[in-house]
Amino acid sequence: MNQTTEPITNRTAEEFLKGLWKENPVFVMVLGMCPVLAVTNTAINSLAMGLATMFVLVFSSLLVSLFRNWIPGPVRITTFIIIIATMVTVIDFLLAAVVPDIHKELGAFIALIVVNCLILGRQEAFASKNNVKLALADAFGMSAGFVFALFCIGAIREILGSGSLFNIPLFGSTFEPWVVMILPPGGFFTLGFLLLFFNWRKERKERAKEVI
Amino acid sequence: MENLLWIFISALLINNFTLAYFLGICPFLGVSGKLETAFRLGLANIFVMLITAFFAWLLNTFVLPYAPYLRLISFIIVIASMVQLVEMAIKKLSPALFKALGIFLPLITTNCAILGLALFSTNKGYGLVEGLVYALGAGGGVTLALVLLAGIREETKLLDIPKVVEGTALTLIIAGILSMAFMGFAGMFSAG
Repeated sequence: MNQTTEPITNRTAEEFLKGLWKENPVFVMVLGMCPVLAVTNTAINSLAMGLATMFVLVFSSLLVSLFRNWIPGPVRITTFIIIIATMVTVIDFLLAAVVPDIHKELGAFIALIVVNCLILGRQEAFASKNNVKLALADAFGMSAGFVFALFCIGAIREILGSGSLFNIPLFGSTFEPWVVMILPPGGFFTLGFLLLFFNWRKERKERAKEVI
Repeated sequence: MENLLWIFISALLINNFTLAYFLGICPFLGVSGKLETAFRLGLANIFVMLITAFFAWLLNTFVLPYAPYLRLISFIIVIASMVQLVEMAIKKLSPALFKALGIFLPLITTNCAILGLALFSTNKGYGLVEGLVYALGAGGGVTLALVLLAGIREETKLLDIPKVVEGTALTLIIAGILSMAFMGFAGMFSAG
């Protein structure tokens, strides 16, 4: 008994960890770009968006995985979209009730979680083919990776663009905020340079391997 | 009339869907390698946006006042099925147009720009004519951004670029510079 449960737990942990780093949805797979760039002008907005996406992804994966044997093949994409849209409606109303300020700032982008390719992609590629436990591990891992990436971009943009983090000023009054970073171009630049950094690291690692 | 013109210019340049709202970024990064493909994708985008604007207006006027919580679900389903129907109709009526739009028509349905258009024009409370003009401007803006980026990317293929920068990183940085250029339009109508 022990021997059969051991590998399964390992596999669950593996599915969780891969989303965090090795297959990070934003930095490696470049999925779900619209919210990544649009709402990451402050750290708090990025976190809220990330957590909302996490809610939708986890519950959609749970439902899809539970019903995977009953969903007919030809209409599966439509079914996934209806499940996702339902979850997004739930989180939309929830945020409007609990944190109306943030909901107002994120605006239509909460509703646009429906068409986030990351979520539909995970349903099609993973949740519809695996049991509930693995699907949940995958969903939590992927969305944790997503939250992490959003937070990185949001923090960088807020620090450079407003000189603060979570609305707490970090520098003295002599700091000249780099306003362009919180405007749309800053989103493109930040993600572009982050990807550049990851490419550079990967290449350096590969080169080090060749030398050895 | 002036109001309609303002809606059009605003959606086309100042609040460009791709470069200011980041909607439809996935095809923007994926398909913008070739000028020809980019232009066709843009055309298909304008087309689907016009259909969307019309059905969003229908839903907003006749269905959603009774069931506001169905907004997202009904938008997605109605838009997706209508695009499918229209695709079949075009295939029968005008094979030339069908060939030009090709595979992009069904793909675009799940593009965030389309749902974004429906949501934004609902939030702004546009009527039928305003909604259609808004869709035309937004679609034109997406096409403009796609074509510009594809043109620049075609040029970069001839350049000697360091290997680290190649791919998505370079595209994003180019897009950032384009987006900065478009910010200049923000001052255009401030006087009026």
